[in-house]
Amino acid sequence: MCGIVGLLARTPDFRQRLGECLAPMLVCMGDRGPDSAGLAVFTAEIPSARRQFSLFSSAGHFDWIGLRDRFTEDMGSAEFESIENHARLATAVSPDQARHWLAEHYPQIHVLSVGRSIELYKDEGHPAEIAARYRFDRLTGSHAVGHTRMATESAVTPAHAHPYTAGEDFCLVHNGSLSNPWSLRRMLEKKGIRFETDNDTEAACRYLEWRMSQGDTLEKALQEAFGELDGFYTLLMATADKLVLVRDAFACKPAIVAEAPEYVAVSSEFRSLAHLPGIQQARLFEPVPEEIYSWSV
Amino acid sequence: MERLDLSRLSVRELNQYLHHELPKNGVDEVEIVNPSGLHSIAAGLTVPVKIRVLGHAGYFLAGMNQRADVTVHGNVGWSVAENMMSGSVRVKGFASECAGASAHGGLLVVQGSASSRCGISMKGVDIVIGEDVGHMSAFMAQAGHLVVCGNAGASLGDSLYEAVLYVRGKIHSLGADAREEPMMEDDYRKVDELLRKAGIDYSSREFKRVASARSLYHWNAEAGQEY
Repeated sequence: MCGIVGLLARTPDFRQRLGECLAPMLVCMGDRGPDSAGLAVFTAEIPSARRQFSLFSSAGHFDWIGLRDRFTEDMGSAEFESIENHARLATAVSPDQARHWLAEHYPQIHVLSVGRSIELYKDEGHPAEIAARYRFDRLTGSHAVGHTRMATESAVTPAHAHPYTAGEDFCLVHNGSLSNPWSLRRMLEKKGIRFETDNDTEAACRYLEWRMSQGDTLEKALQEAFGELDGFYTLLMATADKLVLVRDAFACKPAIVAEAPEYVAVSSEFRSLAHLPGIQQARLFEPVPEEIYSWSV
Repeated sequence: MERLDLSRLSVRELNQYLHHELPKNGVDEVEIVNPSGLHSIAAGLTVPVKIRVLGHAGYFLAGMNQRADVTVHGNVGWSVAENMMSGSVRVKGFASECAGASAHGGLLVVQGSASSRCGISMKGVDIVIGEDVGHMSAFMAQAGHLVVCGNAGASLGDSLYEAVLYVRGKIHSLGADAREEPMMEDDYRKVDELLRKAGIDYSSREFKRVASARSLYHWNAEAGQEY
């Protein structure tokens, strides 16, 4: 069992309240996934020549200031903020160069996400602790997805927590379990795609990103995925400008959607939406199997 | 009439009150406010009391119900009236999966749609759905009646035993061993009776009957068995 949540702001005011409304959704779904949690938030895109990286250190009390100083010395100016085990680095250096530099000087640092819009947090522990640790209630942005994990098929570590990312400005959270992640993975590895964990969700995430890198839209990639992914899944995905939801043909992993004038909210269970403003007037529905639901920013 | 507020009481406190105090104090009407999607509200009732839930409820609402009449002015999550024995449960909005699962008796009415696996393994309950049901509804249904006023999803009545299903709209597909049969006078009477109880205004003449072909659950020792 796991919990998934997502929220997309439909008004400028609601963007300011995104974290304040989403954090209680995630904490509530801690009942479905108490092992670990994560959240990706999308904000206004930074200039096209720049990329922002979400970085994670599994060692407590990491010297982020040291990393920042060394990076700026070697690679030039960068924006840098850190909180606990996470940091955000924004730079004009190319993603490949930045990754290379990090791998060489700080191999213990994980790159959680890359893009012009996405920022990603994930860590081990109860979702309530993680939400408090990273002040999810203060986040602002156009849309966000979160996940609470109860591991069933691979280890409990920050790297195995969702959201998973691949490429730039794309992330995915998953409730369910896939039965063919290894065959997908073998197929993708032959194309030179590299994996970071042994988690089933990573295979779905990299499969979709690979399709998109070949020119598919996310919707087209999902149509293909219905034939390729075997197993149970409710998948919630985000790109820089969209929130997308699908359930597999069996639809045995739950989901509920609330559409209101100010927001679109998605969750595993209604009780995590009950606190949202105007929820009593929102249009509520349960997404049907193998239908692609997409909302634009 | 008593009003109980789930923003002040836990579900456990509410249910303990309904199980232990209510039968003693003679209250016959209860209103539950702020259900906020919580699970197991009013589960395990054993007394003839009228309960109104004002808002959306979570999983297992009125599960195992005996004798109580529960109305939800909102939607419900998974497994509403699961294993109900008697009494009635009415949902004014929609129901998620497994509505009326394994229920032995009583009446379940969902005025909106119920999603997949509605009436799975039902054992005697009568279920009336105002709109559609999702895939695998009435899977292994053993006894009772399922009336669907809208459309039915894929594999309706798969591995059906002796429950009888009536569908007004389109059936996406029938499951293994389920077959459409002609409506007889008893069927029209039954559908009219259940629609009247549900307060839903359609004519039984618009419904089709689906029942078991009974070829799956009789063991045929003569057939070549290959495993």
